[in-house]
Amino acid sequence: MKTISNVVCPFCGSLCDDIEVDVENGQVTKVRRGCAISIAKFTKYGEERIYKPRIDGKEASLEEAIDKAVEILANAKYPILYGWSCTSTEAINVGIEIAELIGGVMDNTASVCHGPTIIGEQDAGISTCTLGQVKHRADLIIYWGCNPAHAHPRHMARYSAASKGKFVKGRNERKVIVVDVRKTRTAKAADIFIQVEPNSDYELLTALRWAVKNGELEQPKIAGIPAEKIEEIADMLISCRFGALFFGLGLTMSAGKARNIEAAVSLVRELNNYTKFVMMPMRGHFNVTGANEVMAWITGYPFAVDFSRGYPFYNPGDTTVVDILTRGDCDAALIVASDPVSGFPTEAVRNLAKIPVITIDPHETPTTMISKVVIPTALVGIEAEGSAYRMDAVPLRLKKLVDPPPNILSDEEVLKMILKKLKERVG
Amino acid sequence: MIKVILITGRSLDQGISKEYGKFSKTYMEKVAVCELDAEDIKTLGINPGQNVKVKTKYGEVVVKAVESTQAPHKGIAFIPYGPWASSVMPSTTESTGMPSLKGIEATIEPALGEEILDPKKLIKTIVGREP
Repeated sequence: MKTISNVVCPFCGSLCDDIEVDVENGQVTKVRRGCAISIAKFTKYGEERIYKPRIDGKEASLEEAIDKAVEILANAKYPILYGWSCTSTEAINVGIEIAELIGGVMDNTASVCHGPTIIGEQDAGISTCTLGQVKHRADLIIYWGCNPAHAHPRHMARYSAASKGKFVKGRNERKVIVVDVRKTRTAKAADIFIQVEPNSDYELLTALRWAVKNGELEQPKIAGIPAEKIEEIADMLISCRFGALFFGLGLTMSAGKARNIEAAVSLVRELNNYTKFVMMPMRGHFNVTGANEVMAWITGYPFAVDFSRGYPFYNPGDTTVVDILTRGDCDAALIVASDPVSGFPTEAVRNLAKIPVITIDPHETPTTMISKVVIPTALVGIEAEGSAYRMDAVPLRLKKLVDPPPNILSDEEVLKMILKKLKERVG
Repeated sequence: MIKVILITGRSLDQGISKEYGKFSKTYMEKVAVCELDAEDIKTLGINPGQNVKVKTKYGEVVVKAVESTQAPHKGIAFIPYGPWASSVMPSTTESTGMPSLKGIEATIEPALGEEILDPKKLIKTIVGREP
């Protein structure tokens, strides 16, 4: 038995890097310091695994599966390459090269997650920082439309509300405000809970900005919240020394979407006239930030990059995968480390099922069910190493803890094999 | 039948159970659910654990009603991310790429005796062929 310490957890965008695991006979047997999801991740990774590549549901050799994938991609006129947030930045890098070579659309799961955040940031800028700064300095934390107690279980203890910082020592030295449509577990741990009406975040953000700038509000109630309450919150925000606004899909998926983010950016910008204030999206999958980072360095755009013109083109609503699938424009798909059949609306799924799909994934999913070619791979952060970006864009190295099942390669290795053969064929 | 605003999202149980496998009993038990406020459950005249049909303009799905631990939220229903939630969601993105996965108008009615489809059956009804 050996113990491996400083393990980075490959589940959420918090990338907790203090996990300790025991490994015995090639299996993770014990996990220390991980949250409930992390423990499930490290101990249940063997469930519903795929051990052999498949073509049309029949077992095939890796070489046959790669050849079939290459044939599909080389013949496609407008393929989509989607997923990427649960793999290494190295694999994403190879994916971009494939997309450019075949004139495809490279999109990642931010498209159906914090894509509107990126659009809002591109329009209005962002005042942000690293999680270390929040831990050491923030004396006021807002969680808006996010529920870290469920989605990022150690975020509050390690980085935010209850973290023990150098200058702000812990939870009793911080004020915590939660804005949500439900009284979540996170809300129950807050000093103040604001139960905003559904689809009304834009109104509340705008009213708060008005109250910060001008004091009194004219309307008695906005977004279901009495004006006096909004004015009280505005006073709290102005009076803090270092405020941090963490926000989730409550802003990006509800009415307003990117406009909600612009309103939040504007509020934070206004607050910086009085005090120090930052904001940060609560990123979901462990390397969704990495997918945005790598795509932005190489192509100039963080998601929805269309290479069909021979150069990178980005136009959310047009070059985003849900829109492409709903229109039925694409004629092939390469899905890496993602399960869009479970997560996409039915119209998009219906059209995805009509085209040849190549899925590269360690596990059986509804997406592998509808795929023409399935290539199993090793789990990054458990069976393969690689780098990933935390939600504050700090890169961390994920470890290989155990060997993958026999003859199973990493996403990066499989994608490199596809790229090499594609280059021979079309390049 | 009650009218609600439907939201989808991550839940702790959804995060844990997906590690057991997307075709596992655990995943279906934790994800094919609709979290409702206790008052709404009372209005529906059902007991927690009984099946309900969730209908939107975009589709309908049978899931198990559970009493929400993130309450109160009368008039709001929550289904964790997964194939059941996705089957009642719109695909329009309003030029953002992001479908409106929160804040959708929906109705909920008791569906006693109606089956909750497992992922294979559910996908079959969506794609219209044997996967």
